[in-house]
Formats: sequence, structure tokens, C-alpha cells
Amino acid sequence: MTSQLMEGSGAIAEAMIAAGCRFFAGYPMTPFTEVLEHMAKRLPVVGGACVNAESELEAIGMAWGAAATGTRAATGSTGQGLSLMQESIAEAAMAHLPLVILNMARAQGDYFQATRGGGHGDYRTPVLAPMDVAEATQLAQLAFHIADTWRNPVVFFGDYYLAHTYQSVDIQPIDFGPVPAKDWALDGSSSGSGRAKLVSPLGDTKQRDNVGYDLSDYYMRAAAKTTAMIEGLDRLVDIGHCDDADLVVVAFGTAGKYVRYAVDQLRAEGHRVGYVRPISLFPFPDAALRDAATGAKLVAVYENNQGQMIDDVRLSLEGAVPVRFIGGLSLDSSGFGIAPDFDVEVLRRRIDAVLTDLGGTP
Amino acid sequence: MSGLRVKRVEGLRVLSTREAPADARLVDDFTPSLIDVGAHHLCPGCGEPIAMRSVLEIIEELGVINRAIGIFGIGCYTGFSNNLDCEVLQALHGRAPSLATGVKRAKPDTVVFTIQGDGDMVNEGLQEVIHTAARGERVTCIMLNNGVFGETGGHITATTVLGQRTKNTLEGRDGREHGYPIRLSNMLADLEGVAFVGRCAVNSAGNVARTRKMIQRAFEAQLNDEGFSFVEILTMCPTGWFIETQEAPEYLTDKLAATHTLGVVKDIAAR
Repeated sequence: MTSQLMEGSGAIAEAMIAAGCRFFAGYPMTPFTEVLEHMAKRLPVVGGACVNAESELEAIGMAWGAAATGTRAATGSTGQGLSLMQESIAEAAMAHLPLVILNMARAQGDYFQATRGGGHGDYRTPVLAPMDVAEATQLAQLAFHIADTWRNPVVFFGDYYLAHTYQSVDIQPIDFGPVPAKDWALDGSSSGSGRAKLVSPLGDTKQRDNVGYDLSDYYMRAAAKTTAMIEGLDRLVDIGHCDDADLVVVAFGTAGKYVRYAVDQLRAEGHRVGYVRPISLFPFPDAALRDAATGAKLVAVYENNQGQMIDDVRLSLEGAVPVRFIGGLSLDSSGFGIAPDFDVEVLRRRIDAVLTDLGGTP
Repeated sequence: MSGLRVKRVEGLRVLSTREAPADARLVDDFTPSLIDVGAHHLCPGCGEPIAMRSVLEIIEELGVINRAIGIFGIGCYTGFSNNLDCEVLQALHGRAPSLATGVKRAKPDTVVFTIQGDGDMVNEGLQEVIHTAARGERVTCIMLNNGVFGETGGHITATTVLGQRTKNTLEGRDGREHGYPIRLSNMLADLEGVAFVGRCAVNSAGNVARTRKMIQRAFEAQLNDEGFSFVEILTMCPTGWFIETQEAPEYLTDKLAATHTLGVVKDIAAR
């Protein structure tokens, strides 16, 4: 296959199919809608199934059921839809289900929703945030690999720009290496064998195994598994020009791409400025950020919200470097949350202002 | 042991507690092969074990056990979810029909059934079962309807009949105050995707026999690719009804079944 000009939503859908996703369920909501459209058209062609669910509650339930059979399954939505799904995300994590959830946000106001989650209990979900369509086609595939490796739901965090931007991409299946065999998956064949399988957020131990229906024991094992996942996951990050930087600007997703461009320009003009773009939002690339910010006078955080990722930046830096917020809510009047300040000139002015405060001139 | 006085009765055979006599019938002998021994801790007089047993016996009799997957809701019956020799996928309260849809669409050769109570299915997740039925999913949903939240200790559900006393309708369910019971089977029967709907009960030998027939027909509808199938089984809950155990079968007939009428509600094969 050669490069094709594709809209982000279609490219994400094709990347999921390339990764082996064969089940999808969803409920339309901008900017998630086009992913659903594409999956509805394409999955039956490749022998999969796409169900138009009656609500986001059912969409994630269907994906949960399909994932329990060992099928690579995904669902997704936007802000409110993801809010509805939180109970199931939490419970699917406790049931150790590999499930990919697209959080196609409008702007970046759903950072907390994606990285913290609103569900109950002691669970975490890895979060991947691409900066553009090309990176999205890789991370959408990586999401399934992580989900299968750790038997845990994984959140793919996109936005309106990503969904609706056309870019030339070459989508090929990516081999991330082997994943554990899905010997836990249900297909009915173990029924009546004396060893029938159980997939449950309440524990996978059967009473006859003489361990009992011990929920506290299961929760401890689940917590240990979550800890192992957090420690075992690669913390993905894109870093540039930070070695001698006075100012390090942190931004993620689409905003991260714009900030990176603005910083490149400023650096070319002689300013001592660098950038850090977290790609895995959970686990957050804390050590890499701390290293990158060593020697800097200030870390500035740009996000298209009122300040959410800035908490993770501060937690990563542990007070070693002062942190300033230079982002803000989208001011766009269309209601779609397209930030007018996704504009290199606007970003340059905000970064310039910080540099001036620091007394830095080229 | 020294303080224990045993009164000996003339002619009574004293059994050893160390080993069972050769002719003794054990719990094992009465347990279907798909339910593990000591499987549940449900109250005396509960109807759910009878319903559960009936479902598993039919699955075995139909010869589809090696492709059967049960999706469990949350209620007293959830106690069975880790005690069956049948694959089980545990769902959230109310969400079993969606999970069943995902399982069946991903693995069309499986035989998929859900086990939910009236609180789970009609209160928490009503739209799930309605849409699953409307889509004509080839799954069999089974509702154990006792008209109360049994697990929480006897609270009003959407199927609680008028006049029934529960912990939060102490003077009995009053339609003006608490709304009217939902007859889910009748609602589902009107949907085109639905092949079979039956309402039955497990409060007498005859009703258990009829329950088994309906469960069998429901699974056959799934196996024959006819559409969605649904069995509503009225079960006794003396604890949640606040009555004596032995009164529960009659209470079921007099109260629950007076509103939730027993019988086949829809069978497309009967036309």
C-alpha cells in the first residue's frame, strides 16, 4: 500500500482494522461520529462486526462482551459519552478486559476524564495522545498491543482537529512483538469440561478451586497487576531543544504539534527554549520531563483548557522548577472547541512573553 | 461431648456422622452436573436455584453445553456466577444484554444467555433488553422476577405488584404514589425482532415443568436463528416478601402471577 490522503477519523479506523480490531460499537457524537461511520462500512468487509448501539452505555457493554471472547474490540465517544461509559471502564479494568476506548474529545478539557477516569475503584487506564493523523495510525495500533499485553482497557485520546484533518498516510500493520495467549477468553468450549472459565470483575477464582469467593484477595491481585502495568509501560514522549533551554514548554496532542513548531522557530531565531510533548498521558513521562527541565528557569504548560495536565507536570517536577500556565479555554464560537489559538503566531506571542519575563533575548 | 445427652428413640436407626451409609443420597445426587456442589448460599425457599437449575439442565439436554456462555447480572443469583461448570461473563448491574450482544456478534457459533433479576433488567437496564430484543439478537435473556430487590433486603422494583409491601413501600405499593408495575414480557412481545416470549414460575412441580419447556423453546429459537428469545421466570422470595417460607409458593400465585400472568406471550413458530 502506498500513501493515501485520508481524514483522521478514517485513518484511525483503518489503523484499528490493521491492528486486528474486529468488533466496534458506538453512538454518534462529533467528532467521534466519522470513526463510527468508517467502522460500520469497513468492519463487515473484513469479517468483523460493528453495532450501532442505542447509547454509549450499551456501546461499551457490547465491546466488553466482544473483548471477553478474545476478539480485538473497541468503542469510543466524546466528552459526555465517555462520562456515561465510566462505570464500565472501571469495571472492565477490574475484569482484566483488553479493550480500546477512543476518547475523541473536542478540545483538551477532557484530560482529567481520560487520565484519571471517573469510575469507581482502584483502576488505571493507559492513555495515548497523538499529535497528528500519522502518529494516530501508529498509536491506535499500539493501543491494542498494550491492551492485550496488560489485559486492561486503553484510552486513545484524540480531538476535533485529529478527527477532521486530512493527511497523507501509509497504514500498515505494525508488529509490536508477541502478546500473551488469550487462554482466558470465552468461546463456550470449556463449559461442561469441569474447568469452565469465568471472566468477572469480582474475581476469576471459582469456589471449587478452594480459594473461595475472596473479593479482597482478588482486589489485592488486581492492584498488584495494575502496579506492574504502570511500572512496565513505556512512557512515551517527544523532546526537543531542551539541553540548554532556559524555558521548557510542555504541550500534548494537536496543541503539542503547534507548540513544537513555534519552539522550532524560536530556537532557530536563537531563543533558549525547548519543548516536551508527552505522548503517553498515563503513565506520564515524569522522569523524562524532569531530566529535560533540569537547568531550566521555568516550565510553561500550554493546554487548550483551564489547566489540567499542569498538575501532572508539577507532580513530575516535584518543585524543582517553577511552572507557569500559558494555555486557556478555547474561544471558538462554533461550539466545536476548535481553538483559534492553535495558531503559531498566537503561541509564539505567549511563549515570547514568558521569555521576556525571564530576561532572555537571543 | 461429656455434657451432651442423647435421647435414644426405640427403633430409630442411628446414622454414623463419620461416613454415609451406602444407600444414602447425597447433595451431589440432586445437583445438575453443571452446578458445582455447595454452589449457593441463597435463602431457604428461594426460587432462583430452581430456575438456575432448569436453565442449565436444558442447556445440557440440548447438547449445546460446549458452546454455552452465560452473562450474569447483579443480584442474589450472582452467587452462581463462580460456581457453574458453564462459562460465565459477569456484567455490571443492568448491562448483561449488551455484553451478550458483543459475545454473540463476535462469536456467532456460541449459545448465549443472560441471567438477570427484575431489578437488574427492568429497573437498572430496561433499555438494554428492549433494544437487544428489537435488534433481534440471537441471544436468550432470562429474567428471574420476584418483584423485589432481594439482595438489598426487599425493596420495590419496577415489577413489584400493587399492594405489595416492601421496605420502601411499607403500606404497600400504591400506583398513584409509587407508579405501576411494568409487564416486561408483554412489552417485548410487540417487537418484531422477538421470536419467543414466555412467562412462567417455579412455585409448583407443574410450573417447573412448564418453565423447562419455555426455556427449551427459547434456546431453540436462538439455535434456529429465529430471533431474540425471552423467558420471565417468577421466583419465590420469602425473605424479601417478609412471609413464612412455606407461604411463598401460594403468595406467588395470588400476588405476582395475578399481575404477571403466566403463559406463552409470543411464539412466532406457533403461527
